[in-house]
Amino acid sequence: MVARNQERLDTLFKDLVIRGAAGAHCFCTDLNQVDQHPIIMDEAVKTLGEIDIVLIAHGTLSNQAQCEQSITLALAEIHTNALSVVSLLTPLANQFEAQKKGTIAVISSVAGDRGRQSNYVYGSAKAMLTVFLSGLRQRLNSSGVSVLTIKPGFVDTPMTIAFKKGFLWATPETVATSIVRACDTKSGVLYIPGFWYFIMAIVQAVPEFIFKKLKL
Amino acid sequence: MRINGWGRYPSVDADIFLPQNFADIAQFMQTSATCIPRGLGRSYGDSANHSTVIQSSYLDHYLAFDRITGILTCEAGVSIRTILDMVVPLGWFLPVTSGTSYVTMGGAIASDIHGKNHHSSGTFSEHVLSFDLMLASGEMVTVSRQHLPELFQATCGGMGLTGMILSVTLQLKSIGSGYILQDTYRFSSLEEVCEQFEMNQAATYSVAWIDCLAKGSQLGRSLLMLGEHDTNQEFALPKKKVLNIPMDIATGILNSYSIKAFNFLYYNKSRLQKPHSRLPYTSYFYPLDAISNWNRLYGKNGFVQYQFVIPKESGVTNLRKILTQIVASGKGSFLAVLKKFGKANTNYLSFPMEGFTLALDFQMSQSTVELVKKLDEMIVAMGGKIYLTKDALMSETTFKMTYHAWETFQDVRSRYGAIGKFSSQQSRRLGLN
Repeated sequence: MVARNQERLDTLFKDLVIRGAAGAHCFCTDLNQVDQHPIIMDEAVKTLGEIDIVLIAHGTLSNQAQCEQSITLALAEIHTNALSVVSLLTPLANQFEAQKKGTIAVISSVAGDRGRQSNYVYGSAKAMLTVFLSGLRQRLNSSGVSVLTIKPGFVDTPMTIAFKKGFLWATPETVATSIVRACDTKSGVLYIPGFWYFIMAIVQAVPEFIFKKLKL
Repeated sequence: MRINGWGRYPSVDADIFLPQNFADIAQFMQTSATCIPRGLGRSYGDSANHSTVIQSSYLDHYLAFDRITGILTCEAGVSIRTILDMVVPLGWFLPVTSGTSYVTMGGAIASDIHGKNHHSSGTFSEHVLSFDLMLASGEMVTVSRQHLPELFQATCGGMGLTGMILSVTLQLKSIGSGYILQDTYRFSSLEEVCEQFEMNQAATYSVAWIDCLAKGSQLGRSLLMLGEHDTNQEFALPKKKVLNIPMDIATGILNSYSIKAFNFLYYNKSRLQKPHSRLPYTSYFYPLDAISNWNRLYGKNGFVQYQFVIPKESGVTNLRKILTQIVASGKGSFLAVLKKFGKANTNYLSFPMEGFTLALDFQMSQSTVELVKKLDEMIVAMGGKIYLTKDALMSETTFKMTYHAWETFQDVRSRYGAIGKFSSQQSRRLGLN
């Protein structure tokens, strides 16, 4: 587990071991510090030998209005949600390619399927991930490595505390179960819950001259 | 956001604060106004309703577990369900459990929950070794029977009014199987079933279902269900699908006719079934957990759950009087559960005391309010009391006449700065501010 907060890592570590994990190893860092990425990779390979599955799940939900007013913030959001993941995936891809097996699972978002005025900074970062992963999936296919793009809809997590929850919302437990299943079956792209595939198909099908007038 | 208890009456608008660690809570205590801790929202009435609630959803980690001694420490938001999923395959069980597994450890302490083994094992808090509590000041204290005993007795059963429970250490009990051996006996009168509770004191679990619509000579006809943990070392349980009630059922579907039909079938089904059966612990303890959102069956007005206890002395005669009143109202529910409690503990607001307890649901309406008022009066006169975890309607007078230690409770709260900091719709109704 790699995370920013040592105290929370300690809590999660204990929790996992009590729940029956054979082992757990923690590394505390902010993934925006990309110069740490080679060190994380070395640690992981040294500790685990080979890596069966990697799940990249970090991100921040950008404040769109503030991003529109601040170059620094807009670029920082792109850095957190896209560039830091690209950085991490670069050595990881080579590791998995050399292993010739394993699964790279990354949380992108339905927000990356089409830019909308309400959150296109976050959306465009996730779009970058989706395209990057699509290319990576092709590249690693011949090595027997599967690359999973996870596109959750609304999930009831600390990231979305401020939102009013309705029937479109999924629980972290549902999402986790789907991710595990998708890793087992070596799926490519996963919408969670599945109905988002249809919602996003409609959103993507709307012609641009109409779409630009919508308040989404 | 609109929040309510499991009975869906009453509801309030609330800001929900979801702390991710104890430091978040300490900061919140120091900066915010009054609040009430909230877990899974399974208390029936308004005890976790307030304009600001601290919800324990993300305090869901295990902190320590000794597989040899069965001593478990976890954060307050971990539910009975989560714990049993993990510990049953290892041969451990919760020493006391409520009738739903959707109860957090914080809630289990705050309600000092009881179960079908109250006569032999007492309440939940009697198995709690210690817990960490965040006081109004943001200070964290470890509370046990030895250390801060008054705070222990105020917090166990204290409905969240002393502070926010952060983590709990408890002693699990060892079991020999994930299955329960159940014996079911039919009785055609109240007197018989009450006597049988007495005769079956040695049973680990005992509870009776009562037909609250049966009149006259059939008044109190019931099924007594006794349970023991099996010992065959089988811990793997069959996977079961959970049904869901997707929306409110029209008010009126649950009426005296449909309930009468249900009760007739339920009572007589036992004729066809074998008196001895073997059930996964989930079906034995938590039959209703197999139906998500079953509270929607009562329609959009919701329901009140009513649970009282009356002393053992003249218990049967008094129960007969109360049942007669309920039968006459025609509002009897199909989930009426009778149990004989063992001895009371010394917690200031814990509910159980030696005697008979009956729990039933009433669809919410004006006539229910009137019926409950009438029943409250009878129970006060009989020296009984009403369970705060289910209550939505009790008056301040009734509360203060029946919970004799309420002043001591307030005294302890006042000493720890809890008055004016922790408050719920229920505590205001009961005059605990």
